[in-house]
Amino acid sequence: MRAALVSEYRKWASTRMWWILLIVMAAYMAFLGVVMAFTVTLQPAEGSGAMPIDGIDAALTVYTLGNALGYVFPLLAGAMSMTAEFRYQTITPALLADPRRSVFLGAKLLSAVLIGLAFGVVGTLASVAGGAPILALRGDGAFLGSTDVLVPVLLSVVALAIWAFVGVGVGTLITNQVAAIVVVLAFTQFVEPILRLGMGAVELLEGAAKFLPGAASEALVGASTYASLGMSDLLQRPAGALVFLAYGLLFAVIGRFTTLRRDIT
Amino acid sequence: MISIDSLTKTFGTVRAVDDLTFEVRPGVVTGFLGPNGSGKTTTLRMLLGLVSPTAGRATIDGREYAQIPQPARVVGAALEAASFHPGRTGLDHLRVFAPQVGVSDQRCRELLEMVGLADAAKRRVGGFSLGMRQRLALATTLLGDPPVLVLDEPANGLDPGGIRWLRELLRHFAAQGRTVLVSSHVLSEVQQTVDDVVIISRGRLVHASPLAELAAQAERHVDVVSPDAEALKAVLDAQRWSYAPASHDGTRVFRVADVAAAQVGAAAYAAGVELHALTQTEVELEDVFLRLTGQTDQPDAVQEVAA
Repeated sequence: MRAALVSEYRKWASTRMWWILLIVMAAYMAFLGVVMAFTVTLQPAEGSGAMPIDGIDAALTVYTLGNALGYVFPLLAGAMSMTAEFRYQTITPALLADPRRSVFLGAKLLSAVLIGLAFGVVGTLASVAGGAPILALRGDGAFLGSTDVLVPVLLSVVALAIWAFVGVGVGTLITNQVAAIVVVLAFTQFVEPILRLGMGAVELLEGAAKFLPGAASEALVGASTYASLGMSDLLQRPAGALVFLAYGLLFAVIGRFTTLRRDIT
Repeated sequence: MISIDSLTKTFGTVRAVDDLTFEVRPGVVTGFLGPNGSGKTTTLRMLLGLVSPTAGRATIDGREYAQIPQPARVVGAALEAASFHPGRTGLDHLRVFAPQVGVSDQRCRELLEMVGLADAAKRRVGGFSLGMRQRLALATTLLGDPPVLVLDEPANGLDPGGIRWLRELLRHFAAQGRTVLVSSHVLSEVQQTVDDVVIISRGRLVHASPLAELAAQAERHVDVVSPDAEALKAVLDAQRWSYAPASHDGTRVFRVADVAAAQVGAAAYAAGVELHALTQTEVELEDVFLRLTGQTDQPDAVQEVAA
């Protein structure tokens, strides 16, 4: 397993795609941090009925943007680490070097968590760096010393790492690189947001929306852009964490017994 | 020793490999030959544990590939020259697999030098020519200094100099007592390299022997032309040679089977028959190969499936 992990580390270190994703994520999160910090510090118009977000809630909304809106980046990086093996057929020499397919998948999942931590740290720091000065100047303060803020911020880093783990699972299920990218983008940018809003509006499905992966990850973090806007409720933190992890594990296990059991041709 | 034992693989209704049995002995280079789509790559992938057989077994010294601990130290295999991440450098490609093979970066550099890619160590594989990729694939197989080499179409994309270099390298490995199995869809490409041949067609074994025995199957013949066709016929009949008249640009040519030009010339001279042409057709192994694999008739229905 150690050799497999070193091999995976070298695969990451010798390719550039995830660096591009990381840099784009940093820029995007810093930008969103600025925009969101401005938004939450605007006073709602009289009689608009909108609930102002202030204090710690404002800070949490801004600082956990990485998980709320930036999780597509580690998810893509994780998925592409697997689909690239199929796209470039490097899975053939990889399985020749070590034919144990569970070891291959396990090393990929673990190494993706490490890369995901990098996405978590960079993405979270970028949104904090973008939003904190504005919150401090225009709002109720940056709240960077508060445990109520720091714990969700740290968990946001953890959640983003798990997104990379989930990504490897997605890539194992959908080995076609283009298809995997399309599915990830469509699901994260379109399907899940609509589902969460739509299910929240239908009484029968209201309870199910919180089991969607994005909602579960927000439950783990303990802060949600959606929830703070009053649009959906979340699971308790431990339950959310378990549901979120279960997605990654489920995808990986299904992938192990479908894609990785098949013939490699 | 590689043993392929009653190996069968079906894809849907197609039997890509059909009850195939042969052995590859150490110390020689064995050519694994067949037209595209005849099941060569599928056979090799089953041997290497990438494809699971429908029936039968493929073993290396009695063990299946997946049962060998650190298999890359026992078997070096290259399948297709396309298994590279284009963004990775030549050296990084080797370094990715080095931990599992259990070798150092130094060994990776040595191998790049050995296959003539030392200058390309820091270049991305995306910019490599097909020949360079073949060399890099070969370097990957040699990482663990394995006693068994399995190479799928290694000569594809190599220039004539590269093919010659590969031939000498493979002969050298065989001389060291290693087992070397090389696939190709063109016999002439490996004719000067291999000692043994295993020929398959439509997933079935059609011939396995030392190359010399295959060559013995090649039919030589002599084309002979005389202005006095009747006299020549009488000579050929007197010798009890089998021949067939053929027409060549209006001249009558007699194609005489399984004789040497000197025999025909001597017989004609002794009978006083004037000859205008006497052409020996040398052993054409490729023709034997094409005949064995049925490529002289019609296209193979299985061809597209198993490549």
